Amino acid sequence: MSFELLVIIWFILLNVLLIGYAILDGFDLGVGILHPFVAKDDTERRLVMNSIGPLWDGNEVWLVTFGGALFAMFPEAYASIFSTFYLPFVLLLFALIFRAVSLEFRSKRISPKWRSFWDVMFFAGSTLAALLFGVAVGALMQGVAISERGDFLGSMLDLISGFSVAVGLFTVALLAMHGSIYLYMKTEGELQQRLYGWMKGTWYVYLALFVVVTIWSTLFVPASLQHFRDTPVLWVVPLLNIVAIANIMRAIKQERPFYAFISSCLTIVALVVLFSAALFPNLVPAVNNPAYSITVFNGASSPLTLKIGPDHRGHRHAAGVVLYHHYLLDVQGQGDVRRGQLLIVDFEM
Amino acid sequence: METVIVLSRLQFAFTVMFHYIFPPLTIGLGIILAYLETRYYFTRKPIFAAATQFWMKIFVLNFAIGVASGIVMEFQFGTNWATYSRFVGDVFGSALAAEGIFAFFLESGFLAVVAFGRTRVARGFYLFSVYMVALGSIFSSVWIVVANSWQQTPAGHHVVEMMREGIGPDGGSVLVPWVIDGVVQRRAEIVNFLELVFNPSTVQRLSHVLLGCVAVGAFFVLSVSSFFILKKRHLEFARHSMNGALILGLVSSLGLAINGHTQAQNVYRYQPAKLASFEGHFETGKADLNLIGWPNAEKERIDFDISIPGGLSFMVFDDLTFSKPVVGLDRFRPEDRPPLLLSYLSWRVMVGIGVLMIAACALGIYYNWRKTLPEKRWLLWSLVVGIVFVMASNQAGWIGAEVGRQPWIVHPPVIWNEDSTDLVVGEDGFYQYDEAVGLRTVHAVSPSVNAAEATTSLILFLVLYLSLAAVWIMVLDSKIRKGPEEYVIPEQGDEHGVKKASAARQHARLDNA
Ligand code: HDD
Ligand code: HEM
Ligand code: HEM
Repeated sequence: MSFELLVIIWFILLNVLLIGYAILDGFDLGVGILHPFVAKDDTERRLVMNSIGPLWDGNEVWLVTFGGALFAMFPEAYASIFSTFYLPFVLLLFALIFRAVSLEFRSKRISPKWRSFWDVMFFAGSTLAALLFGVAVGALMQGVAISERGDFLGSMLDLISGFSVAVGLFTVALLAMHGSIYLYMKTEGELQQRLYGWMKGTWYVYLALFVVVTIWSTLFVPASLQHFRDTPVLWVVPLLNIVAIANIMRAIKQERPFYAFISSCLTIVALVVLFSAALFPNLVPAVNNPAYSITVFNGASSPLTLKIGPDHRGHRHAAGVVLYHHYLLDVQGQGDVRRGQLLIVDFEM
Repeated sequence: METVIVLSRLQFAFTVMFHYIFPPLTIGLGIILAYLETRYYFTRKPIFAAATQFWMKIFVLNFAIGVASGIVMEFQFGTNWATYSRFVGDVFGSALAAEGIFAFFLESGFLAVVAFGRTRVARGFYLFSVYMVALGSIFSSVWIVVANSWQQTPAGHHVVEMMREGIGPDGGSVLVPWVIDGVVQRRAEIVNFLELVFNPSTVQRLSHVLLGCVAVGAFFVLSVSSFFILKKRHLEFARHSMNGALILGLVSSLGLAINGHTQAQNVYRYQPAKLASFEGHFETGKADLNLIGWPNAEKERIDFDISIPGGLSFMVFDDLTFSKPVVGLDRFRPEDRPPLLLSYLSWRVMVGIGVLMIAACALGIYYNWRKTLPEKRWLLWSLVVGIVFVMASNQAGWIGAEVGRQPWIVHPPVIWNEDSTDLVVGEDGFYQYDEAVGLRTVHAVSPSVNAAEATTSLILFLVLYLSLAAVWIMVLDSKIRKGPEEYVIPEQGDEHGVKKASAARQHARLDNA
């Protein structure tokens, strides 16, 4: 296998991991974002929290694997991205872990003050995490100023622009919608009725922000359409995305939440692919001097490492994914989500 | 820059030491669980099932916090040690990625089965899942120790100049070394994966680490069962656990001492400055084994020194004449020596506790055999608190290994003379490290991070870990107080059983609220 091919395989694998993470932890975060709004009393709050599964760390392994693979296969990008987004990533860890802590702490005391404090933490952690992911994506699409060696030259404030904040809010809306559909499938009765409204509401917000971000990026973020001219096939992705978004609402109206869930998974897939296409071949675009950009080629590990990857781990990894879903189906599987996740398996393979 | 380095080191040490509370518990308890479940599988005695159930709850809790704190570790190489990551990513990253993928594989399913599926899946499958979880946590520690051993005694790689496209003499594009501000950029690249994995210290360090984890498992069980015996609760369960754990504790602590001894000889071979700091050995020559003292780096001697003459010569070479010369700190430039006090003390704490562990287990076994153990309340109370010391010993071991590696983050090889009696020194009498093949810690930090950011993150991690520790202790306490529950053998699970497992957990949450 040539070096270029290996690099591209790894780039695709990283996308797969990112998609897996975004879909699975996505609804976890979405549930957290909606939590204070959809649940009216203590029992409902607990139900909503419990809906996201038995082990709160389960879905985060996708992130761990993503980080590990990025380190191993594109160390230059790993080093630059993680040190550029220093505080945002530390805050992200903080938010993710604090959110998990609040799940455990909440039930330890009956006092309403105690419980609402942890409810707020759960909400804040989830929202902050979603927001930070979005801001990082937005900032990377715009590019950052880095030295020839790849070290960030700006300050934290440079990462915050109108565009990156818009992408951040967009992500929050997306995950809230994704989470509401998931919750709708997992609940029943009055709570479910209320969620119906929330599915619709979050869809409208998401749609509005989708339009804003799409226009903004086509007009002002030149990278976002860079490959569309020479690779017209790519147009399929945004078109599919639009179909998926429209289908979410259609499925909601027909009260077929499972289809809505699949469609919102598809939206996530499309968005990750669009993001990667906007970057490619860069992993870290340098705005100050394009020659300093870290690409999948100059930022990759040696061919031997890239090969050891697929040879020694790729297969195992694939096995892991299959098993993962197998058990997700069995262990977490209740009602329709099962089929939902079955479909995700197909995306991975 | 200086402050950023100090802060990043503090932060790394703090977060990794917090993280390392959990892996030994997970690995140690995992092995014990596998043993108990096997006994249950073959004997069908409910007491074994009750025991697995009880330890399992604690295991799952530790596992979760281990994962949460592990993610922080993985991020930190990039956030704080960017230059290091660029240098070692090719070799180190693959080992680290392997950890993630193994963990991934594991947590994906078997953990949930083990935690909630006891009555819902076939017995054989349950046993298998317990094995997978125990094996999985061992495997994931293998990779991280491999990666760390590589940075102590690198092998299987070469350090190469990084190439970038440049303009050739004929005007075409060629690959040329990448030079920034007159400095050629280099990195380590894999040449031989097996040599990298089995670098000169991997096998010994891995066995030492794993033995340390087993010891933690054994002493954890000892602690809880001694407590139950003292409080006259769950006596049958406690006696059973006690018997097994005492033997496991003795075997693992004897193993640690024996394996540690050969490991120390290996340290001398590859990192002589580290061993000299452990021992406070300044002058190259016949070496005494210092028992009590306080190292004085300035005057280059040990104050209040009580030593066995020639003892270190014996330890390093198994030399019965007690006189072979041992290379001391005087062979190294002051700036090439590890921080003395911390290395010296942590080494003593680890070995000292190791000796106490052997003594405690031996006494316990003796009184147990005489059937007088329940009367020896002082010994039981020592075993109750013993776990804290065993954990401290593990931490001290890591501090010794990591601080003793300084000032290097990737330690360069050392060259010995022909008969390996002394280092090949330069004209000034000091050993000359080859800077090109190692990396100093001070050069490894992220250039783009400033002191304000590093301070903020340190504070955030402090807050975060305080709350994590609070959760851990609260939940742990309630689980131990509850104790093992009577176990009634249920009718076997049907094939859909696993699906109900998580529902059970969800109800559990509702119930205990
Ligand atoms: C995978 C590699 C690895 C592993 C398994 C460990 N460490 Fe480490 N450690 C490092 C890789 C490292 C490092 C990245 O190389 C550091 C950061 C700065 C440095 O000098 O080394 C370090 C520094 C470092 C320091 C600060 C030393 C100093 O800067 O003077 C301490 C106290 C420890 N470690 C302790 C530990 C403990 C308790 C560990 C048990 C889990 C541990 N290390 C595992
Ligand atoms: C620099 C040091 C380390 C880093 C960067 C690191 C990284 C990680 C990461 C990212 C995880 C989470 C993976 C998951 O999702 O399960 C993890 C968990 C784990 N680590 Fe580490 N680790 C370090 C040190 C160690 C050491 C020294 C050991 C063992 C000797 C160890 C053993 C484990 C085990 C057994 C787990 C999984 C089980 C548990 O979390 O309790 N780690 N580590
Ligand atoms: C009793 C005699 C012991 C001896 C002679 C001994 C020897 C050593 C040596 C030489 C090292 C440094 C290895 C290196 O830097 O490469 C080490 C590290 C370590 N020790 Fe010990 N040890 C002993 C007991 C213990 C005990 C009782 C524990 C824990 C319960 C323990 C846990 C560790 C750990 C976790 C490390 C760091 C990992 C490593 O470098 O292998 N040791 N030990």
